Amino acid sequence: MADYTLRVRRQKPEADDRGPAGPYWEDFEVDLDPTLSVLDGLLQAKDRQDGSLAVRCSCRAAICGSCGVKVNGQSTLACKTQLGEASEAANRLNGGSEPIVVEPMENMPVIKDLVTDMESTHWKKMRRVTPWLLDDGNPPERERVVPHENMVDITQPISCIQCGACVSACLSMEADPDFIGPAALAKAYRFVGDPRDVETDERLYDLAQDPHGIYDCTHCFSCITACPKGVDPMNQIMRLRRAAGEAEIVDKNNGHNHEVAFTKIIEKKGTLDESLLLQESLAPGIVGKMKPAGVKGLLESLPTAIRGIKSGKMRSISKLIPGIHPKLPGDAQDKVEKIYERAEKSRWQLNLYITGRDEDLTEAEEAPEQEEAKA
Amino acid sequence: MKLAYWPGCVSRGFTTELHGSMALVAEGLGIELVTLDRANCCGAGVIAEHNQELADTLNARTFALAQETGLAMMNICSTCQGAQSECQERLDANAEYRKHINEALSGEGLEYVAGKDGFTNKNFLWLLVEDIGLDTLRDKVTRPLEGLRVGPFYGCYVLRPKDRLGYEDFPERDIYLEKVIDALGGTVVDYDGSRKCCGFPIITMNRETSLTQAGTHIGDAIDRGADCLVTPCPLCHLNLDLQQPEAAKAVNRDLGLAVLHLPQLVGLAMGFEPAELGMPRHIASTDAVVERLAATTA
Repeated sequence: MADYTLRVRRQKPEADDRGPAGPYWEDFEVDLDPTLSVLDGLLQAKDRQDGSLAVRCSCRAAICGSCGVKVNGQSTLACKTQLGEASEAANRLNGGSEPIVVEPMENMPVIKDLVTDMESTHWKKMRRVTPWLLDDGNPPERERVVPHENMVDITQPISCIQCGACVSACLSMEADPDFIGPAALAKAYRFVGDPRDVETDERLYDLAQDPHGIYDCTHCFSCITACPKGVDPMNQIMRLRRAAGEAEIVDKNNGHNHEVAFTKIIEKKGTLDESLLLQESLAPGIVGKMKPAGVKGLLESLPTAIRGIKSGKMRSISKLIPGIHPKLPGDAQDKVEKIYERAEKSRWQLNLYITGRDEDLTEAEEAPEQEEAKA
Repeated sequence: MKLAYWPGCVSRGFTTELHGSMALVAEGLGIELVTLDRANCCGAGVIAEHNQELADTLNARTFALAQETGLAMMNICSTCQGAQSECQERLDANAEYRKHINEALSGEGLEYVAGKDGFTNKNFLWLLVEDIGLDTLRDKVTRPLEGLRVGPFYGCYVLRPKDRLGYEDFPERDIYLEKVIDALGGTVVDYDGSRKCCGFPIITMNRETSLTQAGTHIGDAIDRGADCLVTPCPLCHLNLDLQQPEAAKAVNRDLGLAVLHLPQLVGLAMGFEPAELGMPRHIASTDAVVERLAATTA
């Protein structure tokens, strides 16, 4: 058993005799084994010190997804975080006896203490992506047979337990509350990757065109770190982008143009020609430069370019004139082009979530022998 | 110490002051850098988004070029670190996949061998703390950054995801900037945005979200009394410095906070002059930093 301090950011929904409505901090001392969870700590505090402490929970085993909170700033499940490791994390930077800080999830309104309103954010965003199967309307006599590899492909997003930890952790949503967000977009891939769904292109088009859709994700890995079930929501968003690219959906957010321009520049030059990337992302080709959106994009980036030239950052011919950036030396550029030729045909997508790693496989193969040896 | 050096694209593009200051500081620290001049862009996650195998092959090529030198590899960009580590994770995990990728490199006489002679690819921040060491760094300080209040800004790709980025062996990689600032004699400013996203990856796709992110973090650091930020990522630098006047408009407040590249901060403490380190090239003026140092040295 050990003593821990839980510093909880509580929230009073309405004013009472103890003070006005709003957030306040309160410390709770709990005495529990370090292998027990932060949720166990909160429940002990509620049981012994203040029955009004509000926390949502049910299974206590990382299955139901009810107890999403922030522990030391990290969005996670309270039941999946051990007190011992949380205390260690709290003390790592400053040493000493720092408390374990527990806060309600971000990017959603707080109802009371650690209970947040999932309806107005998480569930609303979830409904935005039509989270059900849109089939061809002709039910077969028996079940629809789906190839094994297709279902394996969507195993990862299927593992989502709707806890909202990724929504809470999302750094794009912090800046843009309208961003559809990691949980809902991972769910969208679950249907985009399902061969029974007949609206794949429509789904992709919708999510690519929405300014708060797949191209509003900054690729920051925050949701991947938060997810307690290994869904890797950001990876599902990248797969949506890849699928939209393969379907040649040209979106008004320049997402597809940016990807195409970047990839092409490296094929032709080996390293990045930033001026060309900017120009071709915002206004690709001659046609793009004549469109109002392309002209607007280029004009918006003009002040930045002028400042860059003034400061000396961009004061060289290859940075001023897009396209004259040097290639890799010798035959290196040809070798890079050869790599493109092969990989663009092959397009192997290795997903370690599904395949595992060689060493894991070896361990799994060795396990039965060990069992035999014991017997 | 001799290292195979991948400077990345941006340090030779829009942030040449990073490339230049790294060269000076490396020499000062006694590091010999062998530039991988045939190597290609890491893809910054964008090529992987387009075609994962393509990104993995391109980075396997860079690793193979580094392995050819027999040296450990160094990069100076959080984004390169993240994109390259992601590809390396897949290459190392699966022998069949690695063999397939290596077939594409054979025409150039190259091969990426997983774990060859303990091969590592580390950015300058990790190398500074783990291989050069903070004690050595302290010995090199001739102008302690006394009184300079520095906000660390890491960049996502050296922080997340931890299991891919070696945190099991080096659990303190997410507090290295604080340790370096302290070793150089500066004061660490704790602010909300230090481990958040600068927004750069979507600057051409959702300008407002992108600039709001940059502007918010700069504003937070100013409110906590920072004289400057320091970052090991040149792409973060683009949004935090090059775009700072636009970020100020996005968050509707005055900003004006210097953003230093990591080698510049180290270089200042080693006695190099701001002009040598390319600081006049920044968009957000670095004058306040220079004045603060002059005041404490005087």
